[in-house]
Amino acid sequence: MKRQGIAEALRDGIAEEMTRDERVFCIGEDIGVPGGWGGAFTVTLGLAEKFPGRIIDTPIAELGFTGMAVGAAMMGMRPIADMQYGDFLFLASDQLINNAAKMRYMSGGTVKVPMVMRAPIGATGRGSQHAQSMERYFTGVPGLKVVAVSTAYDAKGMLKAAVRDDNPVMIFEHKLLYGSKGARAEPGAVDATSEIPDGDYTVPLDRAAVRRPGTDVTVLGWLLMAHFAAAAAGTLAAEGISAEVIDVRSLSPIDYETIGESVRKTGRVVIVEEGPKTGGVSAEICAGIMERFGDHLQAPVVRVASADVPVPFTPILENAYRPDAARIAQACRDLAGR
Amino acid sequence: MNGASAANPPALPDPQDRDFLLGLYGTMVLIREFEERVKFLFLEGTMPGTIHQCQGQEATATGVCAALHADDWITSTFRGHGHALAKGLTVQEMLDELFGATTGCCKGKGGSMHMGNMAKGMVPGIAIVAGGIPLAAGMALAFKMQRTQQVVACFFGDGAVAEGAFHEGVNMAAIWQLPVVFVCENNLYGASTRIDKVMKNPRISDRAAAYGFQGETVDGNDVLAVHAAARRAAEACRTGQGPVLLELLTYRRTGHSRRDACHYQAKDEREAWFSRDPITRFATQLLARGDITPADLDAIKARIDSQITQGVELAKQAPQPTLADLTTDVFA
Repeated sequence: MKRQGIAEALRDGIAEEMTRDERVFCIGEDIGVPGGWGGAFTVTLGLAEKFPGRIIDTPIAELGFTGMAVGAAMMGMRPIADMQYGDFLFLASDQLINNAAKMRYMSGGTVKVPMVMRAPIGATGRGSQHAQSMERYFTGVPGLKVVAVSTAYDAKGMLKAAVRDDNPVMIFEHKLLYGSKGARAEPGAVDATSEIPDGDYTVPLDRAAVRRPGTDVTVLGWLLMAHFAAAAAGTLAAEGISAEVIDVRSLSPIDYETIGESVRKTGRVVIVEEGPKTGGVSAEICAGIMERFGDHLQAPVVRVASADVPVPFTPILENAYRPDAARIAQACRDLAGR
Repeated sequence: MNGASAANPPALPDPQDRDFLLGLYGTMVLIREFEERVKFLFLEGTMPGTIHQCQGQEATATGVCAALHADDWITSTFRGHGHALAKGLTVQEMLDELFGATTGCCKGKGGSMHMGNMAKGMVPGIAIVAGGIPLAAGMALAFKMQRTQQVVACFFGDGAVAEGAFHEGVNMAAIWQLPVVFVCENNLYGASTRIDKVMKNPRISDRAAAYGFQGETVDGNDVLAVHAAARRAAEACRTGQGPVLLELLTYRRTGHSRRDACHYQAKDEREAWFSRDPITRFATQLLARGDITPADLDAIKARIDSQITQGVELAKQAPQPTLADLTTDVFA
């Protein structure tokens, strides 16, 4: 057992999978340059030395290397592609959406595309184009699995499960959760470390996690918002409001079993999303809850999300843009009082 | 793991061998007759979907695929019927697919634009222009990492050269010397737009030099020239000297898709290219060599026509999917 942050846990997870299975390799930009960074957030630091020829640095060509990952996966390899910033997924989306996601179906079930795409997201003082919450663009694509990891334990376990899955899996990571210490720690970083067991383990790609049990209101979030929701729940507890916090974690498919159990209990739901309110994953979850558990609701579902604007740069506006623990707590108070 | 044979691949047949040459001829006639019948079925209204056909381009698919081993791969496009037939897909599995039957090569879930068969070395056709180029580079990366002797031939049209995916894919294939034969079937038109409107340098093989690898322009209506160039290219790839870009100059006799009447193709241009029809030209060569008689040519066509007729009858009665099939095959 050791305490690790997300970047370290992912690094160990990748190394263990590469040791276990020689078909696993990494492909992306600046991920294995000697003397370099090990990817923009140090996840692959040192792996190029450990696995010669299997940490493949590409030109700046997101569409190209994503397509290469798809092609290699179809030929029996198990690539882990690294998108330096999630925003660049727009460049790669043809290969992900038109090829990786559809090959299985349009081949009548004869093609397998066992690839992983890792991508960091989140508003972190970098302005509009290195900040977007990208998961919304992929959750509605049949054929893709989409997960978001908010703890080091989940990051390692879900990475391993994704590598072993025979389908394309997208793993969204948050720039403020990689690690709150060290050279590449971000201002505003949040502690997402976990106790990591010594042995091999995986975390399923289709299950939400109850982070804090409660009885009055269900708060759903993922990535940074799962942490902010937990902080809000702490505040609310002191006021006598019992919030159940669920890390949705699996964004496609969504685990309505775990969510439903909570909704039946509390009858009140707040969904928190970093990213603009319009067209977000929270809209899908809200609709899914209404269809399945609408009769159990005691009040309409509430969403707490970012403003419908591009991500701003200046800290005062960025903080105003993104939901925080105070806004989440207030939404819960308002809802619990109804 | 991807169908690779463990040992070195068997030698290809002698390109002067009579049976081999008749095989090339038969494949080209098969493609032409298949496409003509499909056009008829489409216009007749019995076959669903849309079609993108390759009449006039039979020598490219035939010459290239005959230079590949059974465990080599191809990627194709929305205009892929010829590639599929040349790579060994059967008339029946293709007709069944076109009729949406569960016995089709993709169980009726692919259709005309996504024809393929993983057991025969053809991934489903990729109908996004240039989408197969990075994919093929990745397949070749897998071959290199797996240390197989396999090669992938990546078919695309002249229109694909304008896409960013072309640049990204060929550049990475070049820097890692991957075993890809990039096969550009230059039929002078991207849909209805002629290449001189969309490229300053219309010699597509010149692009290869910019990326530091070998490119060649070949008469794409001469099946033997195509075949010889593809053999050289595949061999270069197998010996670590890939990739290679082959530009095959050819011409589409029919519309881009559906009911396109090709009014944008000039009459004199059409006539000039029709006089260089790949099947007629090769037949003339075979007759001159004494390899074949006019009666043999008629017999080949008659045999193929009857095979296709029989295939159509079966395809029209082939089992259609049930509603339960709608949601299968999304995930492995």
